[in-house]
Amino acid sequence: MTTPSAADGARPASGGRAPSPAATTTDPAGRPIQEPPLLELRGIGKNFGPVRALTDINLDVPAGQVTAIVGDNGAGKSTLIKTISGIWQPDDGQILWQGGPVHLHSPKAATDLGIATVYQDLALCDNLDIVQNMFLGREPLKQWQLDEIGMELAAKQTLADLSVVTVRSIRQPVGSLSGGQRQAVAVAKAVMQKAQLVIMDEPTAALGVTQTRVVLELIDQLSSRGIAVLVISHNLNDVMNVADRVAVLYLGRLAAVAPIEDLDTGSIVELMTTGRSGHIGAAPGEPVHAASRPGAGPGSRADGGTPGDSNIGDHTGEAP
Amino acid sequence: MSTETHQPPPDSAEQSDELAAEAAGTAAPEVLAGSLGEYARIQLRRIKNGESGALPVTLGLIAIVIYFQARNSLFLSPGNLVNLLIQGSPYIVLGMAEVFVLLLGEIDLSVGYSGAVAAVIMAWAVFTVPWWVAILLGLATGAVIGVVFGMLITRLRLPSFVVTLAGLLGLQGLMIVLVARSGHGPGGSIPISNSIIDDLTTGNLSPAAGWIVMVVVVAVAAAVLLLRDRQRRAADLVTPPLSVTALKIVVMAVAGVVVVLVGNADRGTALVSLRGVPWVVLIVLGVLVIWTVLLGRTRFGRYIYAIGGNAEAARRAGVNLNMIRTLAFTLCGITAAIAGILLASRLGSISTDTDGGQLVLFAVAAAVIGGTHLFGGHGKMLNALLGGLVVAAIYNGLGLLGLSAAVTYIVTALVLLAAVTVDALSRRGGTA
Repeated sequence: MTTPSAADGARPASGGRAPSPAATTTDPAGRPIQEPPLLELRGIGKNFGPVRALTDINLDVPAGQVTAIVGDNGAGKSTLIKTISGIWQPDDGQILWQGGPVHLHSPKAATDLGIATVYQDLALCDNLDIVQNMFLGREPLKQWQLDEIGMELAAKQTLADLSVVTVRSIRQPVGSLSGGQRQAVAVAKAVMQKAQLVIMDEPTAALGVTQTRVVLELIDQLSSRGIAVLVISHNLNDVMNVADRVAVLYLGRLAAVAPIEDLDTGSIVELMTTGRSGHIGAAPGEPVHAASRPGAGPGSRADGGTPGDSNIGDHTGEAP
Repeated sequence: MSTETHQPPPDSAEQSDELAAEAAGTAAPEVLAGSLGEYARIQLRRIKNGESGALPVTLGLIAIVIYFQARNSLFLSPGNLVNLLIQGSPYIVLGMAEVFVLLLGEIDLSVGYSGAVAAVIMAWAVFTVPWWVAILLGLATGAVIGVVFGMLITRLRLPSFVVTLAGLLGLQGLMIVLVARSGHGPGGSIPISNSIIDDLTTGNLSPAAGWIVMVVVVAVAAAVLLLRDRQRRAADLVTPPLSVTALKIVVMAVAGVVVVLVGNADRGTALVSLRGVPWVVLIVLGVLVIWTVLLGRTRFGRYIYAIGGNAEAARRAGVNLNMIRTLAFTLCGITAAIAGILLASRLGSISTDTDGGQLVLFAVAAAVIGGTHLFGGHGKMLNALLGGLVVAAIYNGLGLLGLSAAVTYIVTALVLLAAVTVDALSRRGGTA
């Protein structure tokens, strides 16, 4: 559990951050902005047969910030994070990691780079304890035996760093934990694997009010440690609470990427349902990245996609 | 669980631990308890939560022993107890074989005949090769059978239930063919032609050696426990209270003394004296220790539990599911081969009458009665030892009462059903 003051919905951890990444010349860590963002997506497209799930996605994920991905059902959120986490390979476009192009051909390739994905089902073994879960697949050995003491110390340290103190014993089976604690274990596992980008898929979907608070505080903890966080959420309250930037997907296209300060719940809903809101979002002849960091978008989105322009229909003619 | 109820003040981790002590954790009681009394209370909560461990089966074993002793005073005689240990050893070891696959959430119905075929190969081979080569050939036979099943189950994604059911029938046929082909089994059985293999079960340690071995075993086990505690304490981790560790050592020592006292009592006739702990006790103990270390202290063991708990999570963590599963079936086959060799050694021959169907029933019963979950993720090798003793006690006791084989089958089946029911009910209670 982090500071209780975060419970009131304020975002204390973001207090020292630049108000808008677009308007400053340094990122929150004070480094010059010339440093490339941790992860860059350039023109990512993905087809499933005739269905175009993603079209020309251009998105920067900077370190130390929480980027929320929102969108209606079927907008392509899951496809996008599965592409980043190496489960699916994009059909078009390029992924840059710390400025260099990378090919994420498998989940392991992504994990090895430092991209950890916390799936909605958390992928924890209920019968194993917290330490065993946190080290699953990368157990250190000591004279051919599992180094239980080393693992327990490291797990304890990581959980303490993340201010997760509610667990009674870290030798407790994960099945006996609450939803928020399970989420914390899954996140701690990612942190311990030296993840630089943590992707969280609907982290608060199944949680009550208290547990949701725990998880949001955890996300703040991650970003204040310089880790980039990519959160998918349906809950706009949570998004407003925790995100620094919001990327709105609409019918497989990125309708807008904007700092949270430029948005409110109403405009996000509008973007999610129509693809535009006021001056933000896709409009004919206008780049969709109007509100994002200059230079982040290619500026070539003249075809922008009008609200009624269904991308899914674009390629139906190719259906076998 | 009730973890949501203990939201502690975030400034005090110690205090939160105090508060959380009220909540029923299912963690190992050793690392939660501060004293012996607290250990007992936590253990009690674990049983209510479905993490029953070894206690119910131990109580059941005591009840069974009391019942049979009341019905027939020969039951607890040294001669019968030693006989029970020798009789039960194949069931115990077969139960351990089954634990490997039950932990994965799979089942192997063929262990009885895998063991029998391995024993046939061993008995056949020992006519021409040294005894230890014959034993290695038998173990290799079990390994090959396990690899084949593992491959069929993992590569072709066939259900283990069906594959090993086919194995049960196919291996029975193979056993009959092999016995006939060996030329050593005109009566449908191959005799064991080597005295060392005979002695695996019927040979005894000398009374003095029995004491020495027992003291060494208990001392080593105690040293391991105490050393582990000391390492944890040195690392400033939560350590079991000394009283709990001491209690464990005392239990081990008492069990050791009882086994040696029983084994060393003269169980011979008026004419011939027969004393000593049978070798098979050490063999079973050795298998138990090696497999326990393998399951508890190695990555392979950890991954078996992980796959049984959540195969998808294990896969995402980079665990090679097919390899671990195939290895588990291989180890199951090897362990079944050990059981088959012990069975042949006890009977002095391996016969086509070997009832692999009954053996597999006893094996699954031993594992599940001992507390291994049928659907994976929970269980220990020790469970098979305790469960196997229960099965052996029932089998032996009903025999002493002069009841027919039919009654024995029915009673064993009922005990198995009862164990599965307790397993299912306790799990429902645990997840509620």
